[in-house]
This record gives sequence, C-alpha cells and structure tokens, in this order.
Amino acid sequence: MVVYALISRQAFRRYLTYRGAMVGGVLANTVFGIIKAFIMMAVWRQRPSIGGYDVADAVTYVFLAQAMIGPMSTLNNGLDIPARIRSGDIGTDLFRPCDFQAYWLANDLGRAAFSVLGRSVVPFVIGALLFHLHLPTDPRVWAAFVVALFLGTVVSFALRYLAAMSTFWLLDEKGVVGMATVVTSFFSGMIVPLVLFPGWLGQLARLLPFAALVQLPADVFLGKRSGGAVGTGYLFEIGWAVALLLAGRLVTRRARHRVVVQGG
Amino acid sequence: MIRPSQPTAVSRPIIEAEHLSKTYTLHKKTGRLKRERTTVEAVRDLNLAVAEGELLGYIGPNGAGKSTSIKMFTGILSPSAGRLRVAGLEPIRDRKQLARRIGVVFGQRTTLWWDLPLRDSFALLHRMYAVPDARFAANLKRLVALLELEPLLDTPVRQLSLGQRMRGDLAAALLHDPAVLYLDEPTIGLDVTSKAVVREFLAELNREQGTTIVLTTHDLDDIERLCRRVVVVDHGTVAYDGELNALRARVAADRTLVVDLAEPVPAIAVPGAAVTRIDGPRQWLAFPAEANAAALVADIAERYELLDVSIRDADIEEVIRNLYTG
Repeated sequence: MVVYALISRQAFRRYLTYRGAMVGGVLANTVFGIIKAFIMMAVWRQRPSIGGYDVADAVTYVFLAQAMIGPMSTLNNGLDIPARIRSGDIGTDLFRPCDFQAYWLANDLGRAAFSVLGRSVVPFVIGALLFHLHLPTDPRVWAAFVVALFLGTVVSFALRYLAAMSTFWLLDEKGVVGMATVVTSFFSGMIVPLVLFPGWLGQLARLLPFAALVQLPADVFLGKRSGGAVGTGYLFEIGWAVALLLAGRLVTRRARHRVVVQGG
Repeated sequence: MIRPSQPTAVSRPIIEAEHLSKTYTLHKKTGRLKRERTTVEAVRDLNLAVAEGELLGYIGPNGAGKSTSIKMFTGILSPSAGRLRVAGLEPIRDRKQLARRIGVVFGQRTTLWWDLPLRDSFALLHRMYAVPDARFAANLKRLVALLELEPLLDTPVRQLSLGQRMRGDLAAALLHDPAVLYLDEPTIGLDVTSKAVVREFLAELNREQGTTIVLTTHDLDDIERLCRRVVVVDHGTVAYDGELNALRARVAADRTLVVDLAEPVPAIAVPGAAVTRIDGPRQWLAFPAEANAAALVADIAERYELLDVSIRDADIEEVIRNLYTG
C-alpha cells in the first residue's frame, strides 16, 4: 500500500510542474462557467424549477461541473497509457513488480488531487463571487460531497482505463478515446444536468456509471440527495467502480498475454 | 550484496530456455473489409543456458528475435511454446517475484520518471521493489559514488543528458540487487567517454558483485570489451553460441569487393573470390580478410574493363546472416 500512496504523491508533484497548463485550464473553465451560467439563467427564467432545480441550484451546478472537469478528466483521457503503448514505454510499466492497474489508479488519484487544488477551487470561487450560489451550510454535506467526489473519481478512472487500454489492440486510441469523451461529457451531466433529460433518456442516464462523475456528487452538494439517499448514491458509485475495475483487470490480463509490445 | 554464494559449476543455469517459441498473429488489411491473418514466428525453438555470473553478449540483426526473447525472459511476454526458467522462477507465472530478482536497462527508453528528480525516482523504486531500508541506503551510496550521480540527484530526469540518464537508469536497475541484469543497447547514442564509463561499470559489477549480465547491442566494441561468450540470434533462434574469439575469426573471414564494370557481364570468375551479388554492371565479391585485395583487383582489371572499385569490411549483420545461412 505504501508504494501506491507514494506513487499518488509523486504524481501530484509531477503535475505541479506543469503550471502553464494549470493556469490555462483555470482560465478556460472559469470563462466557460460564466457563459454557461448565463445560458442556465436564461433557461430557468423561461422554465423555473425544471427538474426540481431553482435558478441558484442551476448556476451552482454549472460551477460544480466546471470544477469537476479537472479531477474527473471528462474532456480528455488523462492517462499516459495510450502514448506509452504507442512508444513502447509501456514495457517498463508492465515489467514493474507492482499491480499495473493499481499503479495507474494511484497515479490518477494523485493527478485528480492536484486537479482539485489547481484547477477546481479557483473557477468555483470566482463563480461564487460573481453569482448567487447555493452553498451548503452543514459541514456534513461538504464531507458527504467529498466522499462522493472521491468515489466518482475512481469510477471515472475505471472508465478511462478501459478506453486507454483499447490502444493495446487498436494501436491508435483517438477513435475510442474521442468517442468515450463525448459519451462521458454528455451522460455525466457535464454539459447540462441530467435532470434536464426527458423521460426514459433521463432515467437511463441516471443508471449509467457516468452519472457518478458529475450529477451524483452535485446532487449531494445541492442537498437533492440527503440521508439514506446519500448512502444509496455511494453504493451506486462503489458498485460501478468495482464492476468497471474488474473489467479493467480482465482486459489487463488479456493485454499481457496476447499483445505485442511495440518497438525494440 | 547478500546472496548465497554457490559455485557456478554445479548450480543450475540462472536462465534456462528450452525450445522456446513466440508466434504473433498479425491482421493485415487486404481490402476494404477483408483482413488477412498472418503468423510471425518471432522466436522459434530457441535454446539457451546462462550460468550465474556470466557476462553474455546477446546479439543479432534487427528483428532477429532478441527483444522478443528478452521480453519473455523478463515476464513481459508469454511464450507460445517451450520451457523457460529464470532464477528458478517461471517468468509469466511468477512475474512480480521475478521482477524483484532482475534488472532491466533499455538504452532507448528510461525506467525513471521523466518529471521527477532522480532522487524521487530512486525513492519510488525503493518502495516498489520493497528493498529493506539499510540495504537500499548502502546500495544507493555505492551506486551514486560509482556512477558519479551526486550532483544530479535533484535534477528532473528530462533535464539530464543521455549519458547522465543512462547512469541514472543503471543505478535504478541495480538498487534492488538483481541477480540478472538485462541491458538493451546501453551505449547507444553515448559519446566515447560515457561509453567507457558504462563499460567499466558493467565489467566491475560483473566481477565484484557476480551479477549475471545479458548484453544486447549493435556496438561490437561493447561485446569485445566485455563479453567472453557470445550468442547470436537470427531468424528467432540461436545461430551461434560460443567464445567471442571463435566468432571473431569468422567475422574476419570475409571482406567484400564491389566492382563497377564498363558493361554487365556474367559472374566474374577469379581465384580466391566468389561473386555474391550482381546488379547490372556492378558485382559484389567476397574474399578472405587476410587475402591481398590489391592482387585481386589487379587480377580482375586484367580481364575486365574496371570503372571503379571499393572494399568493405564485413558488416556484423551480414556476417551474422552468413553464419546462419552458411
């Protein structure tokens, strides 16, 4: 376990060296947050309280979603696996005496932790200064939100890991990763809250693992989920995390056995 | 270094490969929807036994199966057939255990973390390989001194020169006292001084610590300076296994004389040389290294109209190919 904690910490430090990317990310997430906030305000003016959200909920949701772009890595794969498969460097990762998937999970959690501090806090704070946001007053809600966020990150990793590992077979991940990114940003609630999806589409979207990335933690934050519903939310996230991580293990084993490591 | 001292003569080989094979299936697009399956035998029926403490040159042309076989020795790739044991373990089944007993250095890649200072990479490897603290501290101290890494410890790997990075990679591969060290092109791209440092270090490692070293390289100087035994791999199997001296005698056996004639003619017939290739008016003739090239040229010039000649020393890959086919 110690080694994985160390891997996370080193990943955190590694991302710290890319300050330019951080500033760019913060700027983009903030600007798009402001634009989206105005769109939501226009929508809610026409149709107040759709999906059980009032206008403050909707604008808060926008800045929560913007803050989660980094840690949930909804707009890109965020894992170095595809590049390392193409260059052949993956050989050195496969060789190490630790679990391949756990190694990348530890790396990704370090990256996500950095992302929260480096890319999430500032856009959210700016949003809170410019708009009227619905902020929880109960510290227990904040704590429950942090747990939901953490579990969501694990689900997000498990999904992105599967997409990244496809490179072992396809040798070029752009198609699969691009597709995965589109599906993820739509079904996670990144673009618009899932509560806006009508009928069966909305119900389906709330059952898919992507909901664990943005919609579910946001619901906890906004108090739409409280008491026992928070627990069921956690179970939903844990269930998907376990299922997807196991699928990832299966894929890893197959990759180990049948795939040519590029180069050399 | 703590390792039970066993007399090499009676102990089992540390690397044992018997009838080892690796077959890849490739899908080749032949039409809009059609795909053709082709199988490639990267390694076939490879037999090899390496004793503990040996420093082995493992050479062969590109695509001969060297890297594929080393990937099997290290547990990255699973063999398609055959038996393989390294340090008493079965590489694929006991991969993690094996990884703690071996070290790998790829000249063209790094096992270090690109954005981390050397010191942090070493700290990660310390935990990853579960090296006891005291042993790690002692090894680090020794390697840092030997490889002169002290001034580089706080530099991120991406800022190191190739030679510095290679020294860092060597240290990284040895922090856990591996019984076997695999080196793939460890001197590629290095300047003369850095090459000398690496070679001297490897020779000493083998001599002082008794580490078994398998060295893959295209640099024959590496082999000449370090290895007594050489294994040549070609077409996925062992084409030569023996003393370097014996190989060198064969390597020196042939030089090539390339002649450009005024017009295309059938293969030139001269004593002491044999035509190996004809391309229009140009012909390639193989002749023994110790033979007199001037006399041979004069002989040919007497009978044919010569425009140009050039003499090439035997290129190792060619010789290795000849070894296999001849």
